[in-house]
Amino acid sequence: MNIHLQLDIARADFDVSVDVQLPAHGITVIYGPSGCGKTTLLRCVAGLEPSARGVVQLGHEVWQDDAQAVNLPTHQRAFGYVFQEASLFDHLDVAGNLAYGHQRAEKQSRNAMSQAVVQQTIELLGIGHLLKRRSHELSGGERQRVAIARALVTQPRLLLLDEPLAALDHARRQEVLPWLEKLRDDLNIPMLYVTHAVDEVARLADTLVVMNEGRVQANGPVADVLTQAELPVVVGEDAGALLTGIVLNIDTQWHLAQVGFAGGALWVRDSGLTVGQTVRLRVLARDVSVTLHEATHTSIQNHVPCVVDAITPEAHPSQMLLRLRCGDTVLLARVTARGVHELGLYVGMPAWAQVKSVALVK
Amino acid sequence: MNLSAEDFQAIALTLQLASVTTVLLLLLATPVAWWLAHTRSAWRAPVASLVALPLVLPPTVLGFYLLIALGPNGPIGQFTQWAGWGTLAFSFWGLVLGSVVYSLPFAVQPLVNAFEAMGPRPMEVAATLRASKWDAFFTVAVPLAKPGFVMAAMLSFAHTVGEFGVVLMIGGNIPDKTRVVSTQIYGHVEAMEYSQAHGLAGVMLVFSFVVLLGLSWFNRRPDQRNKVGV
Repeated sequence: MNIHLQLDIARADFDVSVDVQLPAHGITVIYGPSGCGKTTLLRCVAGLEPSARGVVQLGHEVWQDDAQAVNLPTHQRAFGYVFQEASLFDHLDVAGNLAYGHQRAEKQSRNAMSQAVVQQTIELLGIGHLLKRRSHELSGGERQRVAIARALVTQPRLLLLDEPLAALDHARRQEVLPWLEKLRDDLNIPMLYVTHAVDEVARLADTLVVMNEGRVQANGPVADVLTQAELPVVVGEDAGALLTGIVLNIDTQWHLAQVGFAGGALWVRDSGLTVGQTVRLRVLARDVSVTLHEATHTSIQNHVPCVVDAITPEAHPSQMLLRLRCGDTVLLARVTARGVHELGLYVGMPAWAQVKSVALVK
Repeated sequence: MNLSAEDFQAIALTLQLASVTTVLLLLLATPVAWWLAHTRSAWRAPVASLVALPLVLPPTVLGFYLLIALGPNGPIGQFTQWAGWGTLAFSFWGLVLGSVVYSLPFAVQPLVNAFEAMGPRPMEVAATLRASKWDAFFTVAVPLAKPGFVMAAMLSFAHTVGEFGVVLMIGGNIPDKTRVVSTQIYGHVEAMEYSQAHGLAGVMLVFSFVVLLGLSWFNRRPDQRNKVGV
């Protein structure tokens, strides 16, 4: 099943024009600089932009298809929406806010939604002790958790999140992020997640859509988009790969953990990991170098056998970006053009990737 | 304080007039204020100015035009005669009509402010929670704009109680029909009944003070912020 979005809307600065097919599972992060049209796109999906034209289709469910004169009003589209500011109703307490959407969704679906959904959602987001409070009696993080719960109790077919952490300070973000990971892992609801924060991309994205000036620049599984051969998408300060792996070993003497992924393994700092745990690793291109033989007399702990997959010139003529294939995994390495020349690197050549630094995504 | 039967009659009529006017004004002002708060139409400025006209026009001017419109040859007068209601000038319902026009800005402006302070977000949130526009209006916009409604009602009521010029122009000061407190006081003064005038004027003074005190007390209550939590 796919989510098909084909939307056009005129804005004062530029037109937003998008045509993408997205997987109807996991978190699709829509990433781009401020004002690139990503929030507008989300609002179009929600039917909150009356002038948007095109198609919004979720599997066989058509919410909008202007060619067929179909355009459901917002309240008849079965999604949940989490705004940047929690926007809880101030005239209702937390329980009242949850009931508001739940009752209406129940009426609309014409069959009894179990009250158990509400209870489960309250537990899932840990807001049971807040039910009698008003919005102004909650912290920013609590408000956002209630807003997420309020969207979920309508039992949406799609969850839309518009920079849900942007209004929170660092500590509050760290408080809410694990709940979002939990949603991704525990619920079977596809999410479209708009953000311009790198750490949220690294932690949450399964699929990545990169937008700029109203257009989609790249779209696909996050690991592929970040390491694509032509013009890898730079998310954050530098290009780099995002790996998903499982903790294989803990070296208690040196406080290191070995994370295995499709095509190799890397040692990372052990920050209380347990064997068997799934983790995400970020390996920046500037932290990867290449040797022709496995280096032995080096302080660098991580050597992974690989094959040179692509060699791309960078903006500055002295620099080259290498795409290295290690089994099913791709790493990026930034090296000098002279280094490429001296080693005689060519596409298809076997080599070793030396990884100086690996960041555990947290 | 020594109030006569006529004085009490005038007070009763005034309260009746103000109550009916306030109810009608809220019904009329709510859609007007909603439209003014949300529209981007070029008609917004002209309509807003029209609504605000009674603020600056002398009540006698307003009353004069109403008198002509309500009279047997005026457009409203012709309609009411055609409908079999006779003419409204010098009747209670004529006063109601005049009061509605006269107090319209006092009902519309607090509501426009309340709706604008609320912003578009609560209605959008309600729509994402499956509420239709009408549903969202009554379950979200009205409760959130409650301070605006309270203020509109209090101001409309108080302003109608205090009206004089329009009443005199179209009401004719007929005892038990169109003689309200303000015209009764005028009558007392004309007849040199200063002690009677004192009584009624004192009642008006205290009433007005209490209304204003109530308004400022209501506006200070911290839990009545008319916005959604951020």
